[in-house]
Parts: sequence; structure tokens; C-alpha cells
Amino acid sequence: MKLKLHVWRQKGPNAPGKMETYDADHVSPDQSFLEMLDEVNEVLVKEGKDPIAFDHDCREGICGMCSQVINGVPHGGQDRTTVCQLHMRSFKDGDEIFIEPWKARAFPVIKDLAVDRGAYDRIIQAGGYTSCHTGGVSDGNAILIGKDAADYAMDAAECIGCGACAASCPNSSAMLFTSAKVAQLAVLPQGAVEAKRRVNAMLEEAQACGFGNCTNHYECQAACPKGINVKFIAKLNREYIKALLP
Amino acid sequence: MILDGKCPKGPIETSWDRHRFETKLVNPANKRKYKVLVVGTGLAGGAAAATLGELGYQVEAFCYQDSARRAHSIAAQGGINAAKNYPNDGDSIYRLFYDTIKGGDFRAREADVWRLAQVSNNIIDQCVAQGVPFARDYAGYLDNRSFGGAQVSRTFYARGQTGQQLLLGAYSALSRQVKAGTVKLYVRREMLDLVVVDGVARGITCRNLCTGEIESYWGDAVVLATGGYVNVFYLSTNAMGCSVTATWKAAKKGAFFANPCYTQIHPTCIPQTGEHQSKLTLMSESLRNDGRCWVPKKKEDCDKFPNDIAEEDRDYYLERKYPSFGNLAPRDIASRAAKEQCDDDRGVGPGKRGVYLDFSTAINRVGEDTIAERYGNLFEMYEKITDENGYKRPMRIYPAPHYSMGGLWVDYNCMSNVPGLFVLGEANFSVHGANRLGASALMQGLADGYFVIPYTIAGYLATVKPGAIKADHAEFKKSAEDVKAEINKMLSINGKKTPAQLHRELGKIMWNNVGMARSRESLNEALKVIPQIREEFWNNVKITGSGEEFNQQLENAGRLADFLEFGELLAKDALVREESCGGHFRTEHQYEDGEAKRDDENFCYVAAWEFKGAGKEPELHKEPLKFDNVHLAVRSYK
Ligand SMILES: Cc1cc2nc3c(=O)[nH]c(=O)nc-3n(C[C@H](O)[C@H](O)[C@H](O)COP(=O)(O)OP(=O)(O)OC[C@H]3O[C@@H](n4cnc5c(N)ncnc54)[C@H](O)[C@@H]3O)c2cc1C
Ligand code: FES
Repeated sequence: MKLKLHVWRQKGPNAPGKMETYDADHVSPDQSFLEMLDEVNEVLVKEGKDPIAFDHDCREGICGMCSQVINGVPHGGQDRTTVCQLHMRSFKDGDEIFIEPWKARAFPVIKDLAVDRGAYDRIIQAGGYTSCHTGGVSDGNAILIGKDAADYAMDAAECIGCGACAASCPNSSAMLFTSAKVAQLAVLPQGAVEAKRRVNAMLEEAQACGFGNCTNHYECQAACPKGINVKFIAKLNREYIKALLP
Repeated sequence: MILDGKCPKGPIETSWDRHRFETKLVNPANKRKYKVLVVGTGLAGGAAAATLGELGYQVEAFCYQDSARRAHSIAAQGGINAAKNYPNDGDSIYRLFYDTIKGGDFRAREADVWRLAQVSNNIIDQCVAQGVPFARDYAGYLDNRSFGGAQVSRTFYARGQTGQQLLLGAYSALSRQVKAGTVKLYVRREMLDLVVVDGVARGITCRNLCTGEIESYWGDAVVLATGGYVNVFYLSTNAMGCSVTATWKAAKKGAFFANPCYTQIHPTCIPQTGEHQSKLTLMSESLRNDGRCWVPKKKEDCDKFPNDIAEEDRDYYLERKYPSFGNLAPRDIASRAAKEQCDDDRGVGPGKRGVYLDFSTAINRVGEDTIAERYGNLFEMYEKITDENGYKRPMRIYPAPHYSMGGLWVDYNCMSNVPGLFVLGEANFSVHGANRLGASALMQGLADGYFVIPYTIAGYLATVKPGAIKADHAEFKKSAEDVKAEINKMLSINGKKTPAQLHRELGKIMWNNVGMARSRESLNEALKVIPQIREEFWNNVKITGSGEEFNQQLENAGRLADFLEFGELLAKDALVREESCGGHFRTEHQYEDGEAKRDDENFCYVAAWEFKGAGKEPELHKEPLKFDNVHLAVRSYK
């Protein structure tokens, strides 16, 4: 099939950007979205033009590196699917596709579709861990964890840190991301010990990074390629209130 | 040169404990004077950097992705082994040790493998303490599943995302140290050279992938944990950015490269659909707990809808050939068996390079919900890629390059022959011999990072003066100049072929001639063709843009340039090793039933190659392997 692409081009962090139009003429339905872009880039390179820069690595939906807004929706809007897992069979001949980078103040553009997501690392560095040292911990089975709690923690821990939640939020809020880590660790006995300190530190850092607040739009859950549930934001709020109490 | 792995002598059961006691320590007040560079933030590097930071060393950690959390360890699905024996099914440290040695087809060092088995239990405890949400049973205890090459259930898992959860555990420990100020992270940095001063590793040269700047970093020791090299085949289950660059650059500075021909072809990957394909996707080995491999008995059935093929017309070839391990035969064996069926014209799907992995028996036994709970995300991934529902019809799978057992040569301390250069995880060669068992790479990465390097690096650092050589030394400048010169050379070619095009050409010859089955003829041909592609690269590659900016074509070209040199070494090693063992199958060396024929008399050694300069023959050094605790036997899974 043939497609028309409108792609955000921006030379560097401080350069102005604009949409440019490209033709993708030999698209196979079995191709992934990124493979389609690869081919567009091959043509650009052969013509001596600057290929479209975009982040990607694992191409199997787990590293969280790929990050594109497709037709206005982070990751393209297919249920529980990252850009790299999006396949061309979900488009049809003659489609026009708009491709843009993540848009959020805390994610500045590096080039074209690639952005700097260091802010998410800083939120984790603020407290997204248990403060255990290597060695000197108890046997794995000495801490019993009910299956429900283990499953709940895992549901939250599936977050790949891609940034789609903040990119989809009208407030550019990182609340889904932050809450997933807060909830995972709060529900486990190993993490509960530091729950108060953690929730405060992580929320403060999110604010310092320039992310906005949550006003319950729930765009994040819709955009999340891992289906992380907004119930974790409710859990974060509960943890936050608990942390306020003496 | 005959190499010495410096393994502790005496009874193996106490070897690691004795070695730890005998290794020198660095006292707590002195630790902060030493700076350690850790390249790679996967399980091995992430765990190492976090632990060394905790101990008080100054650590600088590097990765090419935009975050430490995105190392390719993230993609590991199935699980991690440990000898806990929680299921009470007969596991022990000795059994894990034995299975790993046998699984590696008796081509690994006993002492290293023993240590791995011994510390495996600590890893699980450590990860639980970090909050890794391993699967639990209803009573709240840790759950286990089975993996290939073992008859016990010793694999711990977190749904189909075990690597992700373990890596996020290591990443959280690392993040804690970043906050504490002991670790400094450098993301979007690619190491392009090792700096060696008077034979000792003193630092690295990196390219800042955002700005293109060439940067120098010094350290009292350099730890490489940069993962595997199977992207030399172009299509593999590795991430797009995985490369041999860091280890190959170190090899060019004197580090020996060991057993490059030991590559693992994983039996269960989604078959290729066309030329446009950029990578292959793994379907975890854990699926073989419940999935049964088969092909039609009759060629004429191959195009039929699989569910319409009668039970008696199906050949469950693994169960037929290996009754005691069945569908859980080790990877090298399962891969070759799949290839055999397809070579016999009984493959299925487009191009007829595929076999079925069928869950219907398990679904009938335990129900679709249980199967979904065990592997839901894998079925989802399969459907996204193939548009087929694995619950309703068998999946189609085919072997694909997946893991590299070979890597830089290291001694028992994980130190290479270049003093001060340590190598961890998939990047070294140490424990998997000629074939790695499933769920053992995660174990190795974390063992090396959390429990081995923190001890052994002290033994080295205690002998050097901290900060003796810094980045103002002339060697750093020279290294940076060399790196810039190579980049400029590449950019100036302005030819006709893109890096991806040439990489595909390299991949094709590697896969066809140096892949699952190798012969003298195929290898000699590869040794002729690879230099031609390299030649073409240096005369006809086209890279747009400059070196002073974010330039992904340039990154790809640099990685390819290294693969084009390294691929030749891989083929050479395969040619010299006139035997079949594990993942290295030489068609000249097989038994009548097609099983691999090892030659212990002549090849029971580690092949460690020394780079001798561009265009010169590399020199082969040998480390003889001795087996005192297991009996060297024909490896049988029948
Ligand atoms: C799809 C898949 C599934 C798997 N499933 C399992 C499983 O179930 N169980 C199991 O035990 N094993 C599994 N494995 C194998 C296992 O995941 C890997 O062997 C292991 O995670 C490698 O860890 P590592 O730390 O050595 O390297 P990696 O995790 O690959 O990390 C490499 C690091 O080095 C950095 N790096 C590389 N080159 C450079 C450079 N030049 N400059 C700077 N930084 C660099 C990268 O940025 C990265 O941080 C799987 C592998 C794959 C591909
Ligand atoms: S490239 Fe890794 S999630 Fe898309």
C-alpha cells in the first residue's frame, strides 16, 4: 500500500521544528510501523537527505524506548501496543499519517521524534526503590506474599517507563508512572517500610521536573501500552494521605 | 600461549569461599579514592554499578540507551534459575552445576560454574528484597517452572517479563546509588575505545550520542558488561542497538576474544515474514512447558490448516527423538531438530521455514485461563506480530540467533588478560560453555554483578594506586583522535549503500554459512565473502549528516564496521574447531543419528584469540579445560 506521512522535523533542542511530508510507497501489511519508517529513511539516505531520527531499541514492546505520537495519540492508539509493535495491517492504502514526538514540558526534543526522558529517571532516583543492601537479606520465602498482592504488584510493575502517560495528559502529569512504582512497592512488605518517605520524595521530584498534576482525565490509562490502571493513582493518593498523618 | 584461568585449587565445594577469604580487601576509607567505570547497565552492569557504589567506590556507569532501565536484559521473558530446591524435587547446587556443565557440552570451566550455582540462591533473596514481584502460589510462597535441559523445576519467574522485573530491581538499586551520589550515570554514550596505558586498562573513549562529542573517562578499573554479539547475524532476538563494539574495541587493544563461534540459536522464535524485517521476536522457552512441537508427517499436509491435520498425521519430533526430555530438550538440540524437519520439506508457513508449537493438549488439560495466566503476554505479542491467535491454532516458530556464549576471555576473577579490565554477563565467555541453558543468563548476569565482581575487583584495586593515571594522559588524547579519525573516514566515503543494506548482506552470509550448521566449505566461503563486504563498506557506504550531532546512521555504521571484522573471527574460530559441541555444529562431525560429535582429545580447550593488527592473522591461545568433578561424557538427552 501507499501512505502519506507528515512528520515532525526538528534539527536540535533549540531549533524550530515543522511538519514535513513524505511518501511511503511500498508498505507491506506485515511490516511494523518502525520498519515502515526504516524504509522511508533508506530512501532519504540514498537521496542524501537527513533521515528521520526516532528512538527505538528492543522492537518488542518492552524497553520503552520508542515514543511517537501517531495521529494525535501516543503509540498510535491501538490497545496495549507500543509503536514498535504496531503493524501496518492496521492502516489502509492511501492513509495520511501524522507523526510527532512526545509533547510535555519535561520531555524536551533532542531531534525530530527523539526526546529526553531523563525526568522519569529522576523520579525513580528520588525514592523508587527499597533501601536494601546487596547481601545480608533474608531468604526469599521468609517473606510470604499472598498471590493477590504479588499479582497487584506485578500489574503495576509492568510499566515500561516510555512516557506515553505524561505525553497524553492535558496537564503533562507523570502521575500514572509515579503511582505504578509507589503502588508496587507499597503493597509489598519489603517496600511498605519506606512507603511514606517514598511517596513524598517521588511526588516532589515529579513536580520539580515540571510535570503537572492529575485532574482525572484518564488519558494516561488509554494511552498506556501496558494497560497500567488508574487505580494505582488512587492508591498513590491514599499513600500520600497516609504519609501526611503522623 | 597456554592461558591460566587462575581457578582455586582443592575441593570445589569450598573453592569460592576460600577464594573470597584469600582475596585482598580495600578498606572502607580507601574505597572512595578508587574510581570504577562500568560500561553497560543491564543485569550485569546495573548490578555491578549499584553494588560497587554501595560499597563506597566512585562509580561511573554508561549505556547507549536514554535510560539505564532499557538495557536488553529488559526483554528476557521466561525466568531465572536457582538451586533453592523449594519444590523438593531433588535440586541442589551440585545438580545445577552439573546440568550447566553438561548443558554447555563440557566446554566451560568447572570452578566458575560451581560459583554460579552456589550464589544463585542469594540472587533470588536479593531480588525479593528489592521488591521484584516474582510469581507466588496461594500460600504466598515463591513459584517455580521448568526450563530446557533440566529435570527439576528451578526457574523463578515474573509472568513473561522476568528480565524486565529483574532489571528494574537492579535499576532501582542503581538509582538509589545515583541519589546517594556514589554512581554517576552517563546515558546515550557509546564506548568506542578502551584506553590502555602500559598494558593496563585505564579508561574509555565515548561518543555522546546527542551531541556527537568525543569524551574521555578515566578509571582505576574498567568493567565491561555490554551484552552479546548475535546481531552479527543481522536478524536476531537482540535489540537493534546491541553490538560487539565495546568488546571488539577492547579486543583490538589486547583483550583476548574467547570462543566467538559459540552462538546460540533459539528454537522458538516467530518466523521471518519478509526482506523488510528488522529483527526477530522470541517466544520464551517456558512455552515448551505446555507447548508441543510438531510438523506434519506428510509433505502434502504442510499447506493444510493445522487443526485439520489428524493426530496420527502429526510428528511430535522432539518427543519422538528425545523421550526423556521431550519438548524440554536443550536449545541447540531443539533448534537443529526443527531445522532437520524443515530441511526434510515438512516445514510450515510462508517459505516453509517453520514448525508448530501447539498448546491444545495443555488447554484441554488445564483450561485456556490457566494458560493465559502463565503466558498471556506472549500470546498477545504473537498475535500482534502474526495476526494469528495462538490459543485457537498452533503457533508457528523457527530458530533464530539469540545469545552469545563466547565473549572476552576472563579468569576466575572475571578479569581479562588486560589488567584492570573486567568483563561481566553475556559479554564474557565464562560459564555457559558451548551452549547456554534457559534461565541461566539472567542468573549469570546478576551473579557476576551482585556477588562476584564486588569481591574480585577489590583484589585488583588493592594492588594499584588510585588515580595514578587520569584523562589528561597522552593515551586518552590519542584514543580520542583515533576515534574521530575513524568517524571522519566513514563519513567521507559517501558511497551508494546504506549501513542497513550492508548489514543485511553480512547477516545473510553469517546465517547461511556460519549459522545452525557449519562445514569446512561453508566457512571457507564465508571467510572469502566477509572481507569483500567489509571492503565494500569502506568504499561504498553512505552516511548522511555529520559526526557532531544526533546521527543514528553513523551509530549503525560504526557497529557494522566492528561486526564486519568480528564476523570473520567468528567464522575462523568455527573453522578451527573441528568438532561439534553445543551450539557449534560442524556437519563433518556428527554421529549417524545426526547428534553432535565432540572431540575431547583435541578440542577440550577454550580458544582465546589475540588481535594482531588489521589484516593480520589473529593468534590462537588455548586454555585447557579439566574436569575433576563431573565425568566427561557424551551429552545425551534421550
Ligand atoms: C528476547 C530475549 C529473551 C531472553 N530470555 C531469557 C530468560 O528468560 N532467561 C535468561 O536467563 N536469559 C534470557 N535471555 C538472555 C539474557 O536476557 C541476556 O543474556 C542478559 O540479560 C544479558 O545481560 P547483560 O547485562 O550481560 O547485557 P545487556 O542487558 O544486553 O546490557 C548491555 C548494556 O551494555 C550497554 N552497551 C552495550 N554496548 C555499549 C557501548 N559500546 N557503549 C556503551 N554502552 C554499551 C547497553 O546500553 C546496555 O546497558 C534472553 C535474551 C533475549 C534477547
Ligand atoms: S522499541 Fe522497545 S518498546 Fe518499542
